[in-house]
Amino acid sequence: MNDNADPISFTTNHTTSVVGTPLRHDSAHLHVSGRAIYADDMRLPAGSLHAALGMSTIAHGRIKSMDLSAVRAAPGVVCVITAVDIPGHNSYGPILDDDPIFPEALVQFAGQPIFAVAATSTEAARRAARLARVEYEALPAILDIREALAQQSFVIPTQTLCRGDPRAALQGAAHRLQGSLTIGGQDHFYLEGQIAIAIPQEDGAMLVHSSTQHPTEVQHKVGEALGRHVHDVVVQCRRMGGGFGGKESQPALFACVAAILAAKTGHTVKLRTDRDADMIMTGKRHDFVSDYEVGFDERGRITALCVMLASRCGYSADLSGPVNDRTMFHVDNAYYLEHVEIVSHRCKTHTVSNTAFRGFGGPQGMMVIENIMDDIARTLGVDPLDVRKANYYGTSDRNVTPYLQPVEDNILDDITDQLERTSDYRARRSSIAAFNAASPIVKRGLALTPVKFGISFNATLYNQAGALVHIYTDGSVLVNHGGTEMGQGLFTKVAQVVAEELGLPLQRVRVSATDTSKVPNTSATAASSGSDLNGKAAQAAAITLRDRLVAFACAQYKLSATQVRFAADRVLLGEETRDFTQLVREAYAARISLSAAGYYRTPKIHYDRVSLTGRPFFYFSYGVAAAEVAVDTLTGETRLLRVDILHDVGTSLNPVLDIGQIEGGFLQGMGWLTSEELWWNPRGELKTHAPSTYKIPTARDWPAIANVHLVEGMPNREDTIYRSKAVGEPPLMLGISVFQAIRDAVASCGAGPLPSLPPLPAPATPEAVLLTLNRLAAGRAALVEVAS
Amino acid sequence: MAAHPEKYPAKTDCVRFMLDGHVIEASDVPATRTLLQYLREDLGRTGTKEGCAEGDCGACTVVVGELVGEPGTNAVGGTEGGIEGRIEYRAVNSCIRFMPTLHGREVISVESLQPARGGGTGNGDDELHPVQRAMLECHASQCGFCTPGFVMSLFAFYLGGQDANREAIVDALAGNLCRCTGYRPIIDAGCRMHSYPEPARWSRADAQSPARHAALQALRGAPDTNSQRAPGFFAPTSLNELASLYQARPDALLLAGGTDIGLWVTKHLRDLPALIYVGDVAELKYVREVVYEGGGMLKIGAAVSLTDACAAIVGRYPMLAELANRFASPPIRNSGTLCGNIANGSPIGDAMPILIALGASVLLQRGNTTRTLALENLYLGYQKKALQPGEFIVAVRIPLPLAAEARTQRVASYKISKRFDQDISAVCSGYAMEISNGVIVSARIAYGGMAAIPQRAKHTEAALTGQPWSEATISAAVPALAADFQPLSDMRASSAYRLQVAGALLKRFYFEYNPVATGQASRVNGIEIDRIEIDHVASAGA
Repeated sequence: MNDNADPISFTTNHTTSVVGTPLRHDSAHLHVSGRAIYADDMRLPAGSLHAALGMSTIAHGRIKSMDLSAVRAAPGVVCVITAVDIPGHNSYGPILDDDPIFPEALVQFAGQPIFAVAATSTEAARRAARLARVEYEALPAILDIREALAQQSFVIPTQTLCRGDPRAALQGAAHRLQGSLTIGGQDHFYLEGQIAIAIPQEDGAMLVHSSTQHPTEVQHKVGEALGRHVHDVVVQCRRMGGGFGGKESQPALFACVAAILAAKTGHTVKLRTDRDADMIMTGKRHDFVSDYEVGFDERGRITALCVMLASRCGYSADLSGPVNDRTMFHVDNAYYLEHVEIVSHRCKTHTVSNTAFRGFGGPQGMMVIENIMDDIARTLGVDPLDVRKANYYGTSDRNVTPYLQPVEDNILDDITDQLERTSDYRARRSSIAAFNAASPIVKRGLALTPVKFGISFNATLYNQAGALVHIYTDGSVLVNHGGTEMGQGLFTKVAQVVAEELGLPLQRVRVSATDTSKVPNTSATAASSGSDLNGKAAQAAAITLRDRLVAFACAQYKLSATQVRFAADRVLLGEETRDFTQLVREAYAARISLSAAGYYRTPKIHYDRVSLTGRPFFYFSYGVAAAEVAVDTLTGETRLLRVDILHDVGTSLNPVLDIGQIEGGFLQGMGWLTSEELWWNPRGELKTHAPSTYKIPTARDWPAIANVHLVEGMPNREDTIYRSKAVGEPPLMLGISVFQAIRDAVASCGAGPLPSLPPLPAPATPEAVLLTLNRLAAGRAALVEVAS
Repeated sequence: MAAHPEKYPAKTDCVRFMLDGHVIEASDVPATRTLLQYLREDLGRTGTKEGCAEGDCGACTVVVGELVGEPGTNAVGGTEGGIEGRIEYRAVNSCIRFMPTLHGREVISVESLQPARGGGTGNGDDELHPVQRAMLECHASQCGFCTPGFVMSLFAFYLGGQDANREAIVDALAGNLCRCTGYRPIIDAGCRMHSYPEPARWSRADAQSPARHAALQALRGAPDTNSQRAPGFFAPTSLNELASLYQARPDALLLAGGTDIGLWVTKHLRDLPALIYVGDVAELKYVREVVYEGGGMLKIGAAVSLTDACAAIVGRYPMLAELANRFASPPIRNSGTLCGNIANGSPIGDAMPILIALGASVLLQRGNTTRTLALENLYLGYQKKALQPGEFIVAVRIPLPLAAEARTQRVASYKISKRFDQDISAVCSGYAMEISNGVIVSARIAYGGMAAIPQRAKHTEAALTGQPWSEATISAAVPALAADFQPLSDMRASSAYRLQVAGALLKRFYFEYNPVATGQASRVNGIEIDRIEIDHVASAGA
């Protein structure tokens, strides 16, 4: 499989032969041939049933009556359940108990599941689910953030992070600006929708195949819903057809419903949502509004900042607490904020409960500060890049975040200078200005924006992982770990680590489906932590096994430990070599255990939830992107013409997988900020619930000119797995460069320096761009420069 | 043939199609069972995925082969009897393709590209088709769920044999969504796939092998081919049969590509009335140019796919190439028909504005009676059409470009949507104006997305007609759009934006024919990108 790898040779401790090579995804051959098995592809036992969910039709109200007789009488229907049929705990909330599987009376968003049907076919179940007669007593619904703010409607209390004396610093600032920004949400649009298959086992146990980033949480929630112990439930997941955070807390709902129906009927039950139901009833990226006031000096350096953040959490807390915490922790992005106040409201609305999405609140925080950078630059009439650089964190001073973590691994200056050079930023800046001066309709824009993203779960306890490695007597190795595969190539990276430690080619190592009965008490594969945590845990297990083999060989062949080395499928024993398999067989015969568990917890991190300070992040990942766009000022249409990206992954575990994450993350971020618009009607019904109405980027949106590179020669300063860095989330925020480039093009329609560039709402749809151009033309600027 | 229910006994016959060299006889298939359901649930071929069940994401893409035309010609079919042409392979969305429409055709799913293997576990890279190999070696899959669909779209392109440059590949992939990769490696794979050695299976030559032709010919010619393949599904093979069948059953639903009707089933779970399929009526599969004194027209039959119809129209009106390219997606254009789009008559359909502007008409038939109706008069109100019970569209007739030298004809159609490719219009416009001696002597303008039906902008036309062809005239006419339209607000755009952009497109129409003095770009999409890049290089070098 590793036909792309360098020839394997005996190596020193400092070079690697499997880790760091551009090996393809371990399932690539299965993907391209249609042979990769997703949950919906599994063969089901005879008598299996198919489930569908019935949904509320109003945004907020009490169920007065629910007549399900027609549902029960429909052809093929075997079982119908509501809240009263849940044998155990009626909750799938990840943190608080405010997410009922089915509400008992109070519905809180249009599309909320209120009952489920199991029938002999998917079609029969879905048809039956539409036959319910439900009467509601409608209650007033809060449908947007501003309304929630006005009513002080919050799912959890407001948090404030303050350093220095921002109010006084504002008063003393040479320049002050006020502004506000709206930032849209985003649907995950994983290609494989939510799905769970529950298979009853003997003696009350339940096996669940779930498309989930968090098998342990699904296991716990299913156990609670069934009124069973956690050890009664096994959850497995070989792969997901995409996750992006949408399969962290959300899959538990579908798994619980399938399991309850399976327990009730004694049959296997599959619950596969169709695309529309999936988009209507699962949470999304939080949309935000932000009001801010910033003070800055003549160079554009921020001297004071007050930011109000308000997010749409939806009807329940879900993961909104940590999501909004991360937003607060990424308002600084790459910039030192000496005097800063960040107020974060977590608004309750009668819409679907928003959840994790790649970046986990961080992108919205960064959007705010990146907008401010541009506002400052336009006010001063200087290049936005110079304002950004002036505000970058320092390396020896000006290097402490608002939450009091020192930034110890800052490479912003280096990578920015490099990209500024390689992207020809300054020359293009002037050629664009010349183009725009001569082009009345199409305007071009350019922006270079940085990303600094904190790596670790904010909640310290989640930063742990386990793995299980077996060596069989034919020399093959089976690895299991707590991480899940959603396309990111985690299984490949972990297999590379184990192969590296045992000196084996990758073909020797197989990673099996994530399974709660093999590795328990795992954290979600989230927060970009997959390879950091599970790679280290698997490495620990592999080292344990290697050490046992070394000890055995030393005893057997009278060698010292330094004379035993593993490489190239062989073991060096002093002057001799042996096949790995041969040594394994000898060890087995000598009754040496060939199975080991590995465990890892991230060092150094700590975090005080009350003061919102500490060292929540083990390290930071960095990146820079320069995007050039064209904007049609007649219609507001935009197009990305070119992007240059330089992204930091420390020492890459696998360059092709990392490039894949960077490119995919960038385009997903661009989609969030350009074409992907969520739209609710006045009744609170989401009307963009399928690809016909919700528009993620297509192949044409990848620019014709794209230069994407990894930062070279900068290993992680911290002791991460082979000094690599996490890569899942940070590249998404490179997409902000596209949004700022659109603003740059829009700004070129104004005359001279602009003290007042109207805010561009995100996503920058053609309509949003034209609206902003209209405002610019009308001189009705929403930004007001405050006289100092 | 008279059409009485007794003529079509309830006895269910079967749908016969080719799959991996075998004839599949699918019996007792409900009329609305989709090919995707059949592949996954009945045949256990789970490589083809459901991502949206509405033909928008492409995870379900398969290729359908159909015998068409005469040997050595590229013309759309239309020959009666003795079909002996080539097999045309096209990517389609299996999620909204009803099983009975596959009768007599060949289906290729991702599993077809490799030799059958009984639960084998080997990697077998050598057996991969060049398309798969290119995808694999370019690292073009991440989660892998969309991958089989991309493979099949590229496979259809591979068999088509066009030059695999970036633009062509991007065009071919407009109907496939990937959420992981950012598409770059997939585009690379498409550009690279022709560089591998020809495979034994599914090379271009193999795709046209005599054995495949013979098999399809045999299916078509089988004496037991009947017009009822599933209960409630009628597939007439002649125009007369279609006309009498529909006249006798005016409550039946005419089915062509099924790219909208498919959703009535998969999304709305509707019970459909009897279906009458027009896709096997050879007499409706023609594209014909009719020239007469003083003009001519392009006649496109009701069973002609959007792909073929668009090619014919763009051949006459090259400026419509972008609209054709942005019309839905390749797999939808391969299934859907132009006349189906017209008959559906959605207020946001992309064909109608320009066809109305060009003065197109439809040829209608009911029983033995035919009549012609101007397209703009077909639409009476939202989902209301000037059709009699049992009356159907036989063909659309599109006037050919003006040949008169005294007048200059200016034609364009523009589409505004959140995404460039494969999106539904917020606004779609069609313009056809004639200019003589600098004066607009005739202006026909129609818009979609602005009213309950695709509709002419008569106030605006009046404000332009007789006026000089100038920016001032255009600007003065724009406010008239507000008299023509009071668009609604929905998830695609607000009323205010629609109205403003309708005017902006009218201005674009002027600017495109009158490049702004600087010669700079007038829009961000399409060919203008190259101009921008060239300009950039020039500026940077200066």
